[in-house]
Amino acid sequence: MQARIIPIFENKPAGGCGATGGGGKSSCGSAAGRGDLSPEVWEKVKNHPCYSEQAHHHFARMHVAVAPACNIQCHYCNRKYDCSNESRPGVVSEKLTPELAAKKVLAVAAEIPQLTVVGIAGPGDALANPEKTFKTFQLIQNSAPDIKLCLSTNGLALPDYVQTIQDFNVDHVTITINMVDPEVGERIYPWIFYKHKRWTGRDAAKILAERQMEGLEMLTSKGILVKVNSVMVPGVNDDHLVAVNQAVKSRGAFLHNIMPLISEPEHGTHYGLTGQRGPSAQELKALQDKCEGDMNLMRHCRQCRADAVGLLGEDRSQEFTTDKVAEMKVHYDAEARKAYQAFVEKEREDQEAAMKRELSGLAEDAGHANVLVAVATKGSGRINEHFGHAGEFQVFELTAAGAKFVGHRRVDHYCQGGYGEEETLETVISAINDCAAVFVAKIGLCPKKDLEQAGIEAVEEYAHQYIEQSLVAWFKGYLARLRSGDAVAVERGQGSLRQGAFVA
Amino acid sequence: MAMTIDESQCTACAMCESECPTDSILEKGGVFSIDAASCNECEGLEDGPQCVNSCPVDDCIVRA
Repeated sequence: MQARIIPIFENKPAGGCGATGGGGKSSCGSAAGRGDLSPEVWEKVKNHPCYSEQAHHHFARMHVAVAPACNIQCHYCNRKYDCSNESRPGVVSEKLTPELAAKKVLAVAAEIPQLTVVGIAGPGDALANPEKTFKTFQLIQNSAPDIKLCLSTNGLALPDYVQTIQDFNVDHVTITINMVDPEVGERIYPWIFYKHKRWTGRDAAKILAERQMEGLEMLTSKGILVKVNSVMVPGVNDDHLVAVNQAVKSRGAFLHNIMPLISEPEHGTHYGLTGQRGPSAQELKALQDKCEGDMNLMRHCRQCRADAVGLLGEDRSQEFTTDKVAEMKVHYDAEARKAYQAFVEKEREDQEAAMKRELSGLAEDAGHANVLVAVATKGSGRINEHFGHAGEFQVFELTAAGAKFVGHRRVDHYCQGGYGEEETLETVISAINDCAAVFVAKIGLCPKKDLEQAGIEAVEEYAHQYIEQSLVAWFKGYLARLRSGDAVAVERGQGSLRQGAFVA
Repeated sequence: MAMTIDESQCTACAMCESECPTDSILEKGGVFSIDAASCNECEGLEDGPQCVNSCPVDDCIVRA
């Protein structure tokens, strides 16, 4: 089978000049790269798309759905719901045995050299299925030792398995922590199953919170990197997540990922059925900004399915269904994978250096200016996606400190279909309505005009060039145009976060 | 006297399998059922049937 590599060779690095510019605190598992991390930590996260914002442009992950059982019930989860067009945590199309999972990993690794990470994230809880989870890890470790293992858990069973996690060299653990106060918790968790007993109400939330904190402390004391996921539920835990942030930070969590609630009646979740809304992009960003002190905040999470495959913005799981994997002849080429990863390392260094060069002179020009822009990309850190083909846009904030990744907006359709081009364009505009410009590899004349009318500039001139460097270069020109009166800064509207399915 | 699994509701997560004190949960080709001969509805246990308590889906496991 021919390995497919995202073409990153097609263009030479874009030029730049000048000296190094300002920095600023990085976010997202260190967007700025290794600068603010110790060498040991950098080594652990540099190729992990879920722990490093920068890595997520280059490296792929996959989840193997070997863990169907769960020991708690969350109001945002309905385990019975699964539609092939639906993409969110807790949902999976096929369950796998550990043996099939290990074969699937090899098949994907052979096809996608960017694959560096395999995680077990459900569809239930990894640690409510300890035999299946650790058997899978063992098989993967035997056949593909260069792949990093990680798991995701609600934390209830975590203290019982910290030693096992360490024994299996699992370097990255994600705990979903939505509260530290049982009063908040009882509005998120109707029940838990603990010590052969079903607990409800505040008692349940209290046990869960205590077990989560205990597990987190045990992991960090062993030097295992912990990411904390929190689901932002407006009116339930939105303000409280600042306290959660403090609590997990003080216990040594490496990264905090605050995600918007996904809630639609058709999902059949308690929140979906009772009309609990998710946050707007602005509310989410405001909370993330508030929590971003001296702790890394993750903003590039795609809230992917328990069987997702590929780069974070894509899902190629349909190419690797059980039937297809069973027929594949797998050739695992460790050398080719290594060569690809070495190439990416060089490419990333070039991109970082280019961005730093471009920063020269920006600080004086920008003052307190703050502009959001959207980028169409299929990965590799370049502006390389056609406007009309983009399934999502990455959003960057431009300030005197440079370009910072602050989020992404999905623009695909929901599974009922039937949208015409006009409606699709409206969806895109409402998704990136808070952005002054959208950077694309190419765009048609009509959508370009419509965007213009909505006050969004479509920029093609940086096609296939490095994202961050290009944005800073454009920003400098934009500031000059503002000064000369050729451009006018407009008060931007709200960007909407898409709630429906991600159809890759 | 036995519990039974509503096949149309079951997500086949197997959570009940490890909780059943009488090993009465059976699985065949991914479909779960309860052995009526050995299930005693967790007689004597304070909380009642363990399969019901551990099952993530309401009304999936009921009295036969």
